[in-house]
Amino acid sequence: MVVFEKPKALSDAQMHYCPGCTHGIVHRLVAEVIDELGIEGRTIGIAPVGCSVMAYNYFNCDMIEAAHGRAPAVATGVKRSDPENNIVFTYQGDGDLASIGMAETVHAAARNENITIIFINNAIYGMTGGQMAPTSLPGQVTQTSPYGRDTDVCGFPIKVCEMLSTLDGPEYLERVTVNNVKNVKNAKKAIKKAFQNQVDGKGFSLVEVVSSCPTNWGMTPKAALQWIDEKMLPYYPLGVYKDRSAEKEAL
Amino acid sequence: MSTTNMLIAGFGGQGILFSGKFLAYKGLTEGKEVSWLPSYGPEMRGGTASCSIIVSDEPVGSPIVSNPDVLIAMNLPSLDKYEDAVVPGGKIFVDSTLIDRKVNRTDVEVYYIPSTQLASDNNMPTLANMIIAGKLLAVTGEFEEESVNAALKKVISAKRADMLETNLKAMQIGAEN
Amino acid sequence: MSDKVLMKGNEAIAEAAIIAGCRHYFGYPITPQTEIAAYMAKKMPKIGGTFLQAESEIAAINMVYGVSSTGKRVMTSSSSPGISLKGEGLSYLAGADLPALVVNVQRGGPGLGGIQPSQSDYFQATKGGAHGDFHMIVLAPSSVQEMADLTVKGFDLADKYRMTTMILADGTMGQMMEPVSLDYEIAAPVEKPWATTGTKMERKHNIVNSLFLAPDELEKTNFERYDRYKKIEETECMYEEYMMEDAEICVTAFGIAARVSKNAINEARKQGIKVGLIRPITLWPFPTAPYKKAAGQVKEIISVELSMGQMIEDVKLATECKVPVTLCNRTGGMIPSPEQVLEAIKNAAKGGTK
Repeated sequence: MVVFEKPKALSDAQMHYCPGCTHGIVHRLVAEVIDELGIEGRTIGIAPVGCSVMAYNYFNCDMIEAAHGRAPAVATGVKRSDPENNIVFTYQGDGDLASIGMAETVHAAARNENITIIFINNAIYGMTGGQMAPTSLPGQVTQTSPYGRDTDVCGFPIKVCEMLSTLDGPEYLERVTVNNVKNVKNAKKAIKKAFQNQVDGKGFSLVEVVSSCPTNWGMTPKAALQWIDEKMLPYYPLGVYKDRSAEKEAL
Repeated sequence: MSTTNMLIAGFGGQGILFSGKFLAYKGLTEGKEVSWLPSYGPEMRGGTASCSIIVSDEPVGSPIVSNPDVLIAMNLPSLDKYEDAVVPGGKIFVDSTLIDRKVNRTDVEVYYIPSTQLASDNNMPTLANMIIAGKLLAVTGEFEEESVNAALKKVISAKRADMLETNLKAMQIGAEN
Repeated sequence: MSDKVLMKGNEAIAEAAIIAGCRHYFGYPITPQTEIAAYMAKKMPKIGGTFLQAESEIAAINMVYGVSSTGKRVMTSSSSPGISLKGEGLSYLAGADLPALVVNVQRGGPGLGGIQPSQSDYFQATKGGAHGDFHMIVLAPSSVQEMADLTVKGFDLADKYRMTTMILADGTMGQMMEPVSLDYEIAAPVEKPWATTGTKMERKHNIVNSLFLAPDELEKTNFERYDRYKKIEETECMYEEYMMEDAEICVTAFGIAARVSKNAINEARKQGIKVGLIRPITLWPFPTAPYKKAAGQVKEIISVELSMGQMIEDVKLATECKVPVTLCNRTGGMIPSPEQVLEAIKNAAKGGTK
């Protein structure tokens, strides 16, 4: 009897992620949701530039590799080419989504573009070797903030869910994390809702996943998961930042 | 074989581009080769506007009219700017309501039409452009009702078909003055 | 004649694109091409198409990338500074072998430049337009009719060779009105088995991608792409020759410059000077054949351009410097006059400017 198996939407390709990296968990959650909703055959995923650039190899649905930060624009094109059929998700890191691609992110949200965005916030540029991200914490040491992020010089981290929640456009914004079993389960729920919203035609749904980068944080995987609790979550509180349908129902 | 190079110039809002479009369409309905080129950019908004129209028996080369056979000047800056560019023997049509000086050139035919005044007197304040266009067609012997009507139908949208009659009347007023 | 309508060049492009089956347009306002967006905004919703004003030129070209990935005909348009912003997307489209139609209604540059007509994006258009080894097919219309014709043709070429076709026009071509006939036989859509339309659980997933971390793999894709480019160079060159049969002097120009040149050539012929015109219609691939022929026939080639002299380099390459090639130009939004071109022709007739 099989008690545990790989989701069908995940390919057999071996992932290249570092030991202890949470990308693998989030990939799996996305794939499980695609399986459960039975949408693999009409799903088109958009991979970013960053550590998850090769996500196009890891999902069995059709995949597109976008230019750095442009995934929401590419997703807009894909969605609009066949809005009835296409289920479109982007999978983006913090540099991609919140720095170079901020305009694309904000405007896709403002248009309530009916797409799903999985936003991995690990407060660092992983692929290029650990530079300061738009979400790096004040004082955080990175390759390009070797004395700690000085907010007088570099400004403050961007809180994407809080910022987007000021817009009238987006349907659903939630911040989750995957540093323990309970949080992983919550993350799955949020991701499922973000896809279900699209299936139901509700509009722009973004799930921010506070993630770890043990390699570039210079920590063991376990210490990195603890650092999420101790440092990341106080700055990036978990929770639902916008849920328009729920708000409507409440009225 | 003949080619007529026309330049219409005035303020933005005087219907410069519209009357130019009308003249181009008139040429087209008569089976001629035509081109229409507007000035474009911020100068359109309340500043000067102009457009080049070429009507020819041959394919049109450059659509830019720098030495017009026909100049319609709807304001003083336009007359100042283009008077010297008109080819010798060419024609200049002046809106004498808005331009109080005479044309200096002696080697061109000049027609003074108080078109803005006529437009206002006849309760068609936006049609000074068509009054002066009517004068042009009368002078050149090209006021053929059939092609004029056909061209008007092309430039006036179906939604504003009631304007056809008024435009035609404006042109007749111009032709008679 | 009765079926002809007067249209602005920009509108002719938009309508021709719709006739060619394009149902997705993404753009950002910029003079002097905004009529294309305005036309699409009006028409697309009525025919079940998509018009979307993007937040930037960058977003617009990436929306194009998205639709093209799904195999549908799609376009964007802009003017010079906006095309620079699209450069990133143009390179990605090339790297992923995606078809698209991109219109550049050029204005003077560099920088914010001006808004009057220019041809100073010739280098950018014909030499790639952004990073990496690639080309776009570049079509240069010289009349409003050609604005429409080349748009229809441009979509076909883009689909056939899986690459971007750029319509390289200028402010004059975009703004002027001329009679146009829009009577086309539209070819059946090309099969696009590579498109990401969803697997429907019936096939292995398609991946649209331009990333090849192994250099030998990337080299291989570039070699393959350039084999395709070679075929295009051999089969798709388009040009017009005007009065070249007995010409002793050759004027060469594209777009609006070619029209101005024709006026000058007609006048020079009246004065007894044997002069003709080579007008390239494809700027990439650059039609070298007529220039090679001219090099053995004429005593001077005059390149008439609305730039500081860009096409002239391709003319010199095509003629292998066997004949003097001189420049007759205006720039920054100015247009050479027929008189200026006539002067250059007369000067060449007198013995030239060697």
